[in-house]
Amino acid sequence: MNSQYLPQNQDVATRFAKLKDRPVVLDVRNLTKGFSSGGNQHTALDRISFQVFRREFMCVLGPSGCGKSTLIRIIAGLDTPTSGEILLDGNQVQGPGSDRGMVFQSYTLFPWLTVKKNVMFGLRMSGQSLSVAESEALEWIDLVGLKKFKNSYPHQLSGGMKQRVAIARALANRPRILLMDEPFGALDAQSRAQMQAYLLDIWKNVDVTILFITHDLDEAVYLSDRILVLGTNPSRVSELIENPVPRPRNRAQFTSATFRATHHHLEELIHPPCAEVQERFPIPRMTTIGDDVE
Amino acid sequence: MSSTSPPNGERSTTLVDQAKKQTRPIDKHLFRKNLLAPFSPLTHLTQTVMVWLSFLLPIVVWCIVSYVPFVWHPLIKITDPSKVSYFKPDILVEKKTFALENEKLGKSGFPPAQGIPANPVFLPAPHEVVLALYKSFTTPPRRNGEPWLHESIWHSIQIIFWGFLWSSIFGVPLGILCGTFPLISRLGEPAVDFIRYMPAPVFGALAVAVMGIYDSPKIAIIFLGTFFQQVLVIANTTRKLDTSLIEAAQTLGAGRLQILFKVVLPGISVDLYSDMRILLGWAWTYLTVAELIGTSSGISYFINQQAKYRVYDNVFACIFLIGLIGFTTDRLLDFIGRGLFPWKQNQNSGFFKGLFTSNSKALET
Ligand SMILES: Nc1ncnc2c1ncn2[C@@H]1O[C@H](COP(=O)(O)OP(=O)(O)O)[C@@H](O)[C@H]1O
Ligand SMILES: [Mg+2]
Repeated sequence: MNSQYLPQNQDVATRFAKLKDRPVVLDVRNLTKGFSSGGNQHTALDRISFQVFRREFMCVLGPSGCGKSTLIRIIAGLDTPTSGEILLDGNQVQGPGSDRGMVFQSYTLFPWLTVKKNVMFGLRMSGQSLSVAESEALEWIDLVGLKKFKNSYPHQLSGGMKQRVAIARALANRPRILLMDEPFGALDAQSRAQMQAYLLDIWKNVDVTILFITHDLDEAVYLSDRILVLGTNPSRVSELIENPVPRPRNRAQFTSATFRATHHHLEELIHPPCAEVQERFPIPRMTTIGDDVE
Repeated sequence: MSSTSPPNGERSTTLVDQAKKQTRPIDKHLFRKNLLAPFSPLTHLTQTVMVWLSFLLPIVVWCIVSYVPFVWHPLIKITDPSKVSYFKPDILVEKKTFALENEKLGKSGFPPAQGIPANPVFLPAPHEVVLALYKSFTTPPRRNGEPWLHESIWHSIQIIFWGFLWSSIFGVPLGILCGTFPLISRLGEPAVDFIRYMPAPVFGALAVAVMGIYDSPKIAIIFLGTFFQQVLVIANTTRKLDTSLIEAAQTLGAGRLQILFKVVLPGISVDLYSDMRILLGWAWTYLTVAELIGTSSGISYFINQQAKYRVYDNVFACIFLIGLIGFTTDRLLDFIGRGLFPWKQNQNSGFFKGLFTSNSKALET
């Protein structure tokens, strides 16, 4: 596995050397997952191995259907791997637990609970007293900037607000790692940009490691320390990229040379399958008027 | 919306304009052209009008049939029997018989018998039913020991209540368990599905043999009629719960029991509540059968007796009361439901507002 694609300058190299000095939080070893549906076998994940370091922000990038969700669900303990193992702080993962928080793409706030009660949920499950849970929940709600909405029900919130509550709810459990499966995928462009900035802020101020799944190249480059690129059929790790874009990040960097280069490199890794699709389905000409659209 | 946009050149300029147009009060246009557009929500006023009409139309039809002499009225009510031996004041005879007898009278030189058009005795006029409704509460039963109307109805309500309560005590938890745990579902549901095809009334004789002739077998019939449906309906409702909520709870550290009580139960509560409302309606349909086994009792007995005495206005009064009780219970449960589930969308406050806007999305924002 080669993680070198651009000559790394000294700054970037020291940054990642420092990152890799930190303890390993999540260790995924030779993870394989096969599905058998209707008799035919299908390998969704093929011998995936990687490590996530403490306080790292890692993005997992890959085309739709390459097994990203399967991977994160196995790490969360919601699915079992066919083979391979997952270690969290050196301990094997067995089933779901509050040490791995999860934010789903679909909104999974409990509709019958107010924002405050939603954030309190995990704390109450782990046996915190009502008053402690309440005061801690309020701190987290404050952190995601939703103090005014603490007594609202989820259906009264916008999509971005719901995901902020979901983040607060996951963080309130103080998980070792926060797993996010395309959490902003359903949001419109503006709220997505806003949420990305929010997330970076939160990550900066809270002691948490993040594994973030996306199929959006810009999002991956904007947020991550390192990017794990998955290929398709069967899905293997095609590359683990050390993102050279300096921190702190801001949207102005989108046009910087480093950002563009990283983006371009990702595009080359991801896009070939798309070109194939175009070749496979030639679209017949179905219009008689105007032949000058291109 | 092309039908409502103004003629050329004047098309809405900005998005804001369009938005304003769409959200302005449209109650003025009660009978819009697209009133029958599939699934389109109605305005408040239209809804209210329709609800009133749904009650008024049948009543108007009933009034027309009852009070307009040339609509239907197949019989003649005798006012003056003249010389016909079997005609008596106030009896009803066929129009044909009446004409025939008058022809005979005319031939013999007697004045014709007099009568007015009338409906059969089984179709009382609205005012008679209203009067009967009032009288049935004020006049004692014909024979000693027969129940008053309100006693009959109260007895029926008790049968329903106990039958439904017992059914729910077992059916609701079992349904939820079946829906939550596939193991229990596989174990319980096939048998339940098999039994539910046996009509509850076939157990009537058995119930009497086991439980005697009084109320217990009646309650048992309501129980049998409701229970099996209840398990299956509630198991299905439980299975429809969004599994990602359960997964979210698991990643938040919830254990098995916590998921059952803190996620599944509140998660299905809204649907469970409306299931129960529908099931309660079904329980009423088993009432008549239940009341006729063993010693007859309740409203079924009352209705049968009144029909024997040919007091059909009492029969109608009783049927109307049953409808009213069912309807009020349902509206009351709906109203209570609104208070129970504050997170439900499309809240409408107040009993009557709820009545008029049930199940439909209000247009105003
Ligand atoms: N429960 C399942 N049974 C069978 N196949 C599945 C199941 N879940 C996912 N898959 C298959 O695994 C592949 C990866 O799916 P997924 O992890 O959802 O992809 P992604 O999240 O990257 O879009 C897909 O081809 C999908 O059809
Ligand atoms: Mg996915």
